[in-house]
Amino acid sequence: MTEIYLDNAATTPMDKNVLDDMYDKMQNVYGNASTLYSIGRKAHTVLEDSRDIIANSINAKPDEIIFTSGGSESDNTAILQTAEARKNLGNHIITTAIEHEAVLKPLAYLEEQGFKVTYLPVDETGVISLDDFKDALDDDTILVTIMTANNEVGSHMPIHEIGEILKDHQAWFHTDAVQAYGLLDIDVNEDHIDLLSTSAHKINGPKMTGFLYRRTGVDFPSFVKGGDQEKKRRAGTENIPAISGFATAVSQITPELKHELHDRYYGFKHQIINALNDNDIDFVVNGTVEDNPVQHVFNIWIKGIASDIILANLDLEGIAISAGSACTAGNIEPSHVLMAMFGNDTNRSSQSIRISFGKFTTDSEIDAFTTALVKVIKRIKKVD
Amino acid sequence: MADNSNTRVVVGMSGGVDSSVTAYLLKQQGYDVVGVFMKNWDDTDENGVCTATEDYKDVAKVASEIGIPYYSVNFEKEYWDRVFTYFLNEYKKGRTPDPDVICNKEIKFRAFLDYALDLGADYIATGHYARLQRDADGHNHLLRGSDDNKDQTYFLSQLSAEQLDRVMFPLGDMPKPKVREIAKEAGLATAEKKDSMGICFIGEKNFKSFLSNYLPATPGKMMTFDGEVKGNHDGLMYYTIGQRKGLGIGGDGKDNRPWFVVGKDLSKNILYVGKGYENKHLYADYLEASDIFWINDIADRGNDFRCTAQFRYRQKDVGVTVHLNDDGKSLRVDFDDPARAVTPGQAVVFYDGDECLGSAIIDAAYQDDKELQYI
Repeated sequence: MTEIYLDNAATTPMDKNVLDDMYDKMQNVYGNASTLYSIGRKAHTVLEDSRDIIANSINAKPDEIIFTSGGSESDNTAILQTAEARKNLGNHIITTAIEHEAVLKPLAYLEEQGFKVTYLPVDETGVISLDDFKDALDDDTILVTIMTANNEVGSHMPIHEIGEILKDHQAWFHTDAVQAYGLLDIDVNEDHIDLLSTSAHKINGPKMTGFLYRRTGVDFPSFVKGGDQEKKRRAGTENIPAISGFATAVSQITPELKHELHDRYYGFKHQIINALNDNDIDFVVNGTVEDNPVQHVFNIWIKGIASDIILANLDLEGIAISAGSACTAGNIEPSHVLMAMFGNDTNRSSQSIRISFGKFTTDSEIDAFTTALVKVIKRIKKVD
Repeated sequence: MADNSNTRVVVGMSGGVDSSVTAYLLKQQGYDVVGVFMKNWDDTDENGVCTATEDYKDVAKVASEIGIPYYSVNFEKEYWDRVFTYFLNEYKKGRTPDPDVICNKEIKFRAFLDYALDLGADYIATGHYARLQRDADGHNHLLRGSDDNKDQTYFLSQLSAEQLDRVMFPLGDMPKPKVREIAKEAGLATAEKKDSMGICFIGEKNFKSFLSNYLPATPGKMMTFDGEVKGNHDGLMYYTIGQRKGLGIGGDGKDNRPWFVVGKDLSKNILYVGKGYENKHLYADYLEASDIFWINDIADRGNDFRCTAQFRYRQKDVGVTVHLNDDGKSLRVDFDDPARAVTPGQAVVFYDGDECLGSAIIDAAYQDDKELQYI
């Protein structure tokens, strides 16, 4: 059976160049980057070259990059360690209702420790209001953590405007850019970002690898305590092949490619919308297609059909898409993101599916997907 | 061998050995097999442990061993609305319900069947011990499983012929030990897993404490029909007609026969107890039942006909004469010989030889034309 992979917001297949590079490094660069002999220095060189490439990709300085195990560790570090470092300056944190669990769970933990957290609501497009944000901000605010792009509906938060507001405020500004990095242009200086989380496997790199950007002067105790790696900001022997693979993945992404992918994904969305319309399928798009820099995530409500049955049917056709997140015994939990956007309309949140594109996604795959989707919907609705 | 590869069979997989072997056998026969785990009850305990999660892991293991895709579907709401609510209401009325009969009718062979059809299924299959026979007219007949100890037609007695149209029971011809043997030979992860016991949502838990979470228990007097008070009961719903265990009363020196539950009076909150397995209050000449369900039309049998009946699971069927009442909504079952512990709320299931004809829910039992004080 052919495999059609349309869940690139969950993870992406590795790029051939990344694989080749990692295979080479696994074979040839096995040293510990902290050691002082030539085998170790060789590893150190690869590590620092990778750091340069990555720092450059967001207009940061190399020593502002901390390599981590990925998005979750970066988010946990940014949030928990900021709270630890700045608890004397205040106890208030601002976030949004539609963050990833890697942000929401550490914040819930901090609430148990006595911190106050404001969860900004979002409108029906999945975006916060800047007025709400300004109202929430006070002298006690020590951290603002707002995602750049949402993983379920692809909404884009006003990161630049938030950065402008915060540049003269004590609060550090963290953004979970896991879904944006490599797809959107990010400039930490232009947007006044203090902390930024990324993950390699969302951009055709390896899993369990990512970085946390931290602006010079933004200091906190290491989350993972131990050795002096990453300038004492993250203990643990660096995974050189994975970090090198990450840098290779980053260097594949040129500004031209970003624009090309943006346009291609936008075209895919219209291809799907047109096919559904042509077949009289009753659906609504969750989020915004037009004038949105985030185009790789597409979320649609197929009215009247539970998402799990669509997922299972498509899987039987060899097509991978997603919906909500799996919880106990393989059941799907209604999405907190859709609940935040549309209230407790459980139909909408349990009948919505997410399709997410990657750089290997083709027109003909989208055609095969829409054909299968239409077939499944018609069978379930018992129409010809 | 017939080419079955274009026939999709969705197997209800519970994580037990029976449904594992069901899926395995169908896959061996070349069907397009899909495994689906039904989550009908949230039993997550205070430590976050949920047997459904463990069972689903076993489904995942077995499905990968067999090489079939597997999914999970949640019927907690349907189960609550259609089965559990019924279950509680029956207890409130002082009856002893049989949730598995309703679960099969409403969940496994309705909600699950609908789900499977949405998945493009031609058939669903389960690991029940029962057989199907399709006659020349295309009617389905439900026959007892060939393993007498395991026959489960009692619980399937409220399925319609239309539901059965879409069903396969691959284990129906097999003795249970053979099923274990197949699982072992195939190296299935569940080959040695012990069979689940009791009502599905209660599992192995203490029934009393489970029920007390949902229904208030009103303790009261435990007495004989002669008016002698023998102690106190914990709440009538915890006792069933003919029960011996858990009464906490012993012999009195003269007559050491054990005590049994021989009646209930819900309005007075009295539990009646009596001595001896063969206590006369436990025997009925006939019963009345409603919620009648026939798998196939039985009109050609007339309004009064002979057959056999089973009025609880794992009991030998007995000879009876069925009288259908004119209203079509109730019937009377005359026993050839007095029957012991005929319990309101349980199903009375009718058989003609090996064929299960259908069932009804028992409302009352009678002795010498007087209703036994069972509710």
